[in-house]
Amino acid sequence: MTDLRADSLPPEGAPVRLWHRALRSRNFVIGAVLTLVFVLAALVSFVWTPFDVTGLDIANKIKPPSARNPLGTDHFGRDILSMIMVGARVSIAVAVVAVGIGMSFGVPLGLWAAARKGSLLDEVIMRGNDLVFAFPSLVIAIMITAIFGASAVNAIIAIGIFNIPVFARLTRSGALSLWQRDYILAARVAGKGSARISVEHILPNVTNLLIVQGTIQFSLGILAEAGLSYVGLGAQPPTPSWGRMLAESQTMISFAPHMALFPGLAILLTVLGLNLMGDGLRDLFDPKLRGRS
Amino acid sequence: MSLLEVGGLSLKIGRKTILRDVSLSVAPGQIVGVIGESGSGKSMTAFSVMQLLPEGSVCSGQVTLSGHDMLSLPEAALCELRGNEVGMVFQEPMTALNPIRTIGDQVAETVLIHEKVSRSEALARAREALDRVELPADRFPLSRYPHELSGGQRQRVVIAMAIALRPALLIADEPTTALDVTTQAQILALLKRLVREDGMGLLMISHDLAVVADMADEIVIMKDGEVVERGACPAIFSALKHPYSISLLEASTHAPDRSVQPVDDALLRVRDVVRTYTVPRKSLLSAPGKVAAVKGVSFDLKRGESLGLVGESGCGKSTLTRAILGLEEVQGGEILFDGQPVFDGHRANRAVRRRMQVVFQDPYGSFNPRHRVDRLVCEPFHLLDRLPTGTEREAAIAEALTSVGLSPDDKYRYIHEFSGGQRQRIAIARALIIKPDLILLDEAVSALDVQVRAQILDLLADLGARFGLSYLFISHDLSVVRVITDRVMVMKAGEIVEQGETEEVFTNPRHPYTQQLIAAAPELPAMARKAASDT
Amino acid sequence: MLLYILKRLISLVVSLAVASVVIFLSIEILPGDPAAFMLGVNAQEDTLAALRDQLGLNGSLWERYLSWVGGMLSGDFGMSYTYRTPVAGMIADRMWISLPLAIYALTLSTLIAFPAGIWAASRRGSAVDVGVMGVTQLGVAIPNFWFAMLMVVVFAINLRWFSAGGFPGWDKGFWVSMKALTLPAIALALPQASILARVMRSALLDTLSEDFVRTARAKGLSKRQALWRHALRNALIPVLTIIGLQFSFLLAGGIIIENVFYLPGLGRLIFQSISARDLIVVESVVMLLVFAVVLVNFAVEVAYAVVDPRLRRR
Repeated sequence: MTDLRADSLPPEGAPVRLWHRALRSRNFVIGAVLTLVFVLAALVSFVWTPFDVTGLDIANKIKPPSARNPLGTDHFGRDILSMIMVGARVSIAVAVVAVGIGMSFGVPLGLWAAARKGSLLDEVIMRGNDLVFAFPSLVIAIMITAIFGASAVNAIIAIGIFNIPVFARLTRSGALSLWQRDYILAARVAGKGSARISVEHILPNVTNLLIVQGTIQFSLGILAEAGLSYVGLGAQPPTPSWGRMLAESQTMISFAPHMALFPGLAILLTVLGLNLMGDGLRDLFDPKLRGRS
Repeated sequence: MSLLEVGGLSLKIGRKTILRDVSLSVAPGQIVGVIGESGSGKSMTAFSVMQLLPEGSVCSGQVTLSGHDMLSLPEAALCELRGNEVGMVFQEPMTALNPIRTIGDQVAETVLIHEKVSRSEALARAREALDRVELPADRFPLSRYPHELSGGQRQRVVIAMAIALRPALLIADEPTTALDVTTQAQILALLKRLVREDGMGLLMISHDLAVVADMADEIVIMKDGEVVERGACPAIFSALKHPYSISLLEASTHAPDRSVQPVDDALLRVRDVVRTYTVPRKSLLSAPGKVAAVKGVSFDLKRGESLGLVGESGCGKSTLTRAILGLEEVQGGEILFDGQPVFDGHRANRAVRRRMQVVFQDPYGSFNPRHRVDRLVCEPFHLLDRLPTGTEREAAIAEALTSVGLSPDDKYRYIHEFSGGQRQRIAIARALIIKPDLILLDEAVSALDVQVRAQILDLLADLGARFGLSYLFISHDLSVVRVITDRVMVMKAGEIVEQGETEEVFTNPRHPYTQQLIAAAPELPAMARKAASDT
Repeated sequence: MLLYILKRLISLVVSLAVASVVIFLSIEILPGDPAAFMLGVNAQEDTLAALRDQLGLNGSLWERYLSWVGGMLSGDFGMSYTYRTPVAGMIADRMWISLPLAIYALTLSTLIAFPAGIWAASRRGSAVDVGVMGVTQLGVAIPNFWFAMLMVVVFAINLRWFSAGGFPGWDKGFWVSMKALTLPAIALALPQASILARVMRSALLDTLSEDFVRTARAKGLSKRQALWRHALRNALIPVLTIIGLQFSFLLAGGIIIENVFYLPGLGRLIFQSISARDLIVVESVVMLLVFAVVLVNFAVEVAYAVVDPRLRRR
């Protein structure tokens, strides 16, 4: 799940044809629609939500779904639909930035290690990766919060750090198999150095792997953020977040199950959408793996 | 009655027709060779006999093996026959064995699957089978793992698995294509011996006319899923009827016209070159080992000359190629190009590098799939101090593409739109674009079908004459080297054991290794060579 | 084989050493005085001094690191400031919930994933395959703590088959304790089983398309026999990697699930310690988790060598 086949071939065909095929892939379309719905919800929440999520409305507290509040209200009478829309912002922002951190550090490290395969530098980079892997992501998050305090920013850093070795390993293994190709040798015969080759020949041919892994890490990031805010280490009140909505619903779960149901479904559907999109993309980029995983 | 009778066999995979009305037969003790280029359906014919076809395959027609109608038998009955009545040997010995089980275990499995015998009895039979394929017990105990064996040895294990139960028919699908020429000769001799001893029928599939013609009793020539010609060997060669078979034979022996006279002036001078690698230490305490891949090689390449470098895999020819190209620094000796060192201090000498280019073996791996042809062929411009732009660049691309027989408009296309032969033309265009003096051809025609290969050889000869190019032609294929080079060097274990005029070396080899190589190289029967030269 | 294990052991020790430095320094870079940080702004000077002494803050950085590592090696993890008891004892108590939970979940996950993955791969493209792939797609996407909450609603609140949380203690009997760990273990195992089943399936499909499987078929093995005798063991190599990663994830993932079920395990301990600013406990628990992860990875690497003879010679 976290590791892709690194030796998968680069795509064949022009971008236009790829896009046409994409629209015919069921996984990709379902996934993209689900993802789009939540991204739109987050964007719309900046200008409009059905109700204000900061105001309390004790008179309407813990109401099951109705025409007024399609997903019901919570223990402060806040509209759950509005909360989920605003909560999507945090989830998406955390995941996007965490993937960004992972890629912007991991990809250059992986390219660098592959270009100097077998050298001390390669060894140091890869051992460093192993070390980060030895700290489960949650443990990193706990350490960071224990030191710097709980906040959304610290959650981003914690998840992002864990993404670095994922992208570094993927890039390295993809790059290593590309370094064996004759066209790299041809570029070296043309006098190009390893830095230039990495950027010009290697990077474009590992982007497919990176995009697919990116969607997977994106979905893992959303799950991780939900977990962290559930235990109170993520975004702090009053910012609504899906994980904390679940945590707050827990004591009321026996008589207000809707408070737990909808935020959980939001997480499930977003993650599902991203995973389906990732699978769809992988099939598109690498037809020989179609239906494998 | 014949052992295998294939009649009117057609095969479709999905909507695609793979085989059309294929007929052939194999009698006990008979060797039938099936020849064809890639995509001719020769392997699929073999898999149809085994009924080991990809999902979605539909066979029609008739396949009868020892009286069994293979197309109508249920899967369980087919399993009984496979390995028992018919054995199969595959092309890739490196991947044909399960890497995590011992060879004894894997050979014994053939026995255990088909007969109710104890494990020790099966292992004893496995031992016997391995002995028969000349893997003696003292050097190859049953407990060996595949990764401890060489390619040729693994192929012997695969053969042992196939013949352990003395099947009536053996199918060999390109059994020696992945092997070196001397190993190939040994494996072919082994197969012939087993056929003779067991009175077994052999269906031998190959792209190499010479390999098959040398041993087959009957030959079947296939093209695009159809049998175009079949008949007794070698008589068939004097009476080929189908235009495809005639051109195939012509291409197999094709010698391009070459008229350039080398100038007596060394363009490339290699002196006492040594290239060593460090290898990982074997145990914690021992020092890291050193392996010399090239041990003191010296030669001259004259201006306008086509020089061959032949040797088997692992002999150091690739390492030497990289050293000449200035990709790796050498540990001893010097390489001078037109009097200038390839390595200037510890850096490659750009002034020299821009006068040398290279064409690689694999037409599929030689190009970045994301770049268009114009960008691909322009890559060597990087070696120039001033990069051509605008119309100058366009003109250079057009000229390079036209000289290799492509259209200037091909520059807008991506590499996957081209066939293997066309890609190799593009690789040559890429080498030509900065007008080098020397082109290194590193197994440049080895992956091509024989007819395409003949065309590329013609192209190389023509370009050599037109642009006054010199070639260093690196290959394991003696027949190709013989027709394209003026002089040849034979390399073995990092050293050049013999060099001289090509014709002289081939007709009168002095070094025992050269003699061995030339004896091992498969050769078309005299009748076929005569037929080819008459056309 | 011995050389291989020795190399892995060395890398294990190096990993642990570097990890301990990282953890130690992370706590050290805390702004200001850790003792003041732990006690808050209103701390008395003498309690501060006592804590500093107890934390060993009075030596040089190097001395403090050595005494911390030395202490851990001899089983002395220091004293918890908030609980006034040895950290080692506290961790040992909680370990007996977190570790069995992780093992329970890993066992469940493996027991579900292997048959599902093998079944789906052997009937590729069939209804079974589509079904397994669909369910696992959901299983991968579900947040485990939410799934745990749903199970509490169904099995504890509505059906009353299980209690909604808490842990009776092993002294109250093995089966009672296992029952209390069952819902948490299922909640942890389901997403992991989904991932593992998908990895198992794709690894098997990869090996089934290898040349040596075709060779086996040519010997007369049926599809089933080829799968069981040749493909499965080769497919285990990627599967083992994932199992190793999962164990560390389960240990850490348990931290959140323990919160849902009010289980007094390492997870609860670490959160209580963070809110009480009991850094010495945080430090020790983190180090312990890292130790467990590194140890499991070592075990996985040894398992590789058992499965794959090619590794034994390296």
